[in-house]
Amino acid sequence: MILLENKWDDYLTQTFITGIGETLLMVLITLGIGGLLGMVLGVTLYGTRQGGLLANRPVYSVLSSIVNVIRPIPFIIFLVLCKPLTMAVMNGHYIGTIPATFPMVIVCTVATSRIVEQSLIATDPGIVEAARAMGASRLHILFRILVPEALAPLILGYTFLFVGVLDLSAVAGAVSAGGLGQFALSDGYRRFNDWVVWAACLVMIILVQSMQWLGNVLAKWVLRKR
Amino acid sequence: MTDSPEAAAGQAPIISFVHAKKYFQSKRKTVKAVDDVSLDIRPGEIFGVIGYSGAGKSTLVRLINVLESVDSGDVIVEGINVTGLKERDLRTLRTHIGMIFQQFNLFSAKTVAENVGYPLKLAGWTKERVTARVDQMLEFVGISDKAGAYPSHLSGGQKQRVGIARALAHSPAILLADEATSALDPETTADVLALLKKANEELGITIVVITHEMGVVQNICDRVAVMEEGKIVEHGDTYTVFAHPKRSVTKRFIQTALHSRPSRDTVNRLHEVHPGRLVLMTVTASMLNSEKFNLAKIADKHKVISSIIYGSITEVGSRPLGNVVVEMTSPLPLGVEAEFAIDGLLEKLSADGIKVTDLGTSIDPKDDPTWVELASVALAEEAATDRKGADR
Repeated sequence: MILLENKWDDYLTQTFITGIGETLLMVLITLGIGGLLGMVLGVTLYGTRQGGLLANRPVYSVLSSIVNVIRPIPFIIFLVLCKPLTMAVMNGHYIGTIPATFPMVIVCTVATSRIVEQSLIATDPGIVEAARAMGASRLHILFRILVPEALAPLILGYTFLFVGVLDLSAVAGAVSAGGLGQFALSDGYRRFNDWVVWAACLVMIILVQSMQWLGNVLAKWVLRKR
Repeated sequence: MTDSPEAAAGQAPIISFVHAKKYFQSKRKTVKAVDDVSLDIRPGEIFGVIGYSGAGKSTLVRLINVLESVDSGDVIVEGINVTGLKERDLRTLRTHIGMIFQQFNLFSAKTVAENVGYPLKLAGWTKERVTARVDQMLEFVGISDKAGAYPSHLSGGQKQRVGIARALAHSPAILLADEATSALDPETTADVLALLKKANEELGITIVVITHEMGVVQNICDRVAVMEEGKIVEHGDTYTVFAHPKRSVTKRFIQTALHSRPSRDTVNRLHEVHPGRLVLMTVTASMLNSEKFNLAKIADKHKVISSIIYGSITEVGSRPLGNVVVEMTSPLPLGVEAEFAIDGLLEKLSADGIKVTDLGTSIDPKDDPTWVELASVALAEEAATDRKGADR
């Protein structure tokens, strides 16, 4: 008989540590790939907007619609919805830490793109005009002028994304992706072990707090330098 | 519109607009930003384009470096028709044309030195050459000590100096100045204008100045074009335009720069103190330089005593120009005779090509026709501003 009560043993310690590692792995892969793809998608959205440097209505409409279709789907459903695609990409696998990053990357890319687009919209259009007047190419203006100009809001945007991706990683626990999410759900919630849930939460709070602190410091540093 | 006086200069223009048109379509109406403009700008000159906001001058100047492209007509820059140039060729063209802006448009993420060096980096210069050129440019504009600073730490005047250094770094043949001094206080404006003048004289660069301040034109422009509703309504040598303005809008701009034309209220006050006939005279360089012209002597011949009671004379393009109000009285015993003598003098002055406006006496005051004209321009402008407000 399994005892359903608050307890802590070596097995839990082991799972906890593995869980932290898996969570960090998922978050890093997702932020790394999704953050980069999102940057490209966001810059493309900004560039192809009406009146933008690469203004192109069809491209903007298609990209924007894709983003708008994916964003409102709750991640727990998107995970399931995405299953065939994930299996195709992940060599037939659907369950586990690495396969779970596939849908996470997609969602992260989409979320990042809007954050990047918004940060770029807030930049001074006069700067684009000055760079164009100097003969800079449009891609150069987008990536080498505007992205550095918007660096502080971008850093804060990515910090915000970190929290979102951490959330995604916990939900991914539902498809046995491992990590703190699965730890809290399987070893905590389903076994009525509150200690496990609290421990998982505590680590996540610490992660979020320290990332937010780092983001704020970086953004402030970038702004103060100017 | 043809440029016959320009053709007389016999120099191939560096920039030519040939029936250039640029319309903007908004949902409710078409804005004729540039409406059939033909204009030649000569190499080495400082050319001013003045107009109220919305007159189309900013669009006109952007046709030169194709930040905006014409709907019809041609723009020829250094012998090349820029209409329909491909992106790659446009970028080459733009490296020959520097541009400075009202809001400076410096890259806030780059230091002063990085801003100035940016066009050179784009052109593929080596690091050493960029550094050397940046130092040289910063010295030229007088802010060598700010090389490592970020733009947000600079004053407006310093920012525009960086803008100028950045625009001139690649040794362009043309500099476009879009309201470059409009965000600056008068003293800083004078410094920046002096710097532009220096660039023009020492580097021989052609400068196109867009402004709504006639003082800027008065200070540095060799020639000027006045724009209204997308059209060039008047243009020519700066002094000639100042001394002999034709259009109401031009007169209004000149009034803002010279302030020497008395208003109706001023004339009424003058009438209260001075019982004689008041006459407004435009004083020009040709008049002051002429050996023959001596108002007192001519007046004496007509048995009229004249004394200056109001006015100012200033310099436009290094030549004197202004307006004075002269009180004319005659010692002749009969009133009618006296008036007749003064009329005779005024006729003589007009015949000699001197612009005189009879303001009458306190008993029989006369209007300066310019008052009505300026008032109507003011009304039209107000209406235009209202319309703009309604559009938003």
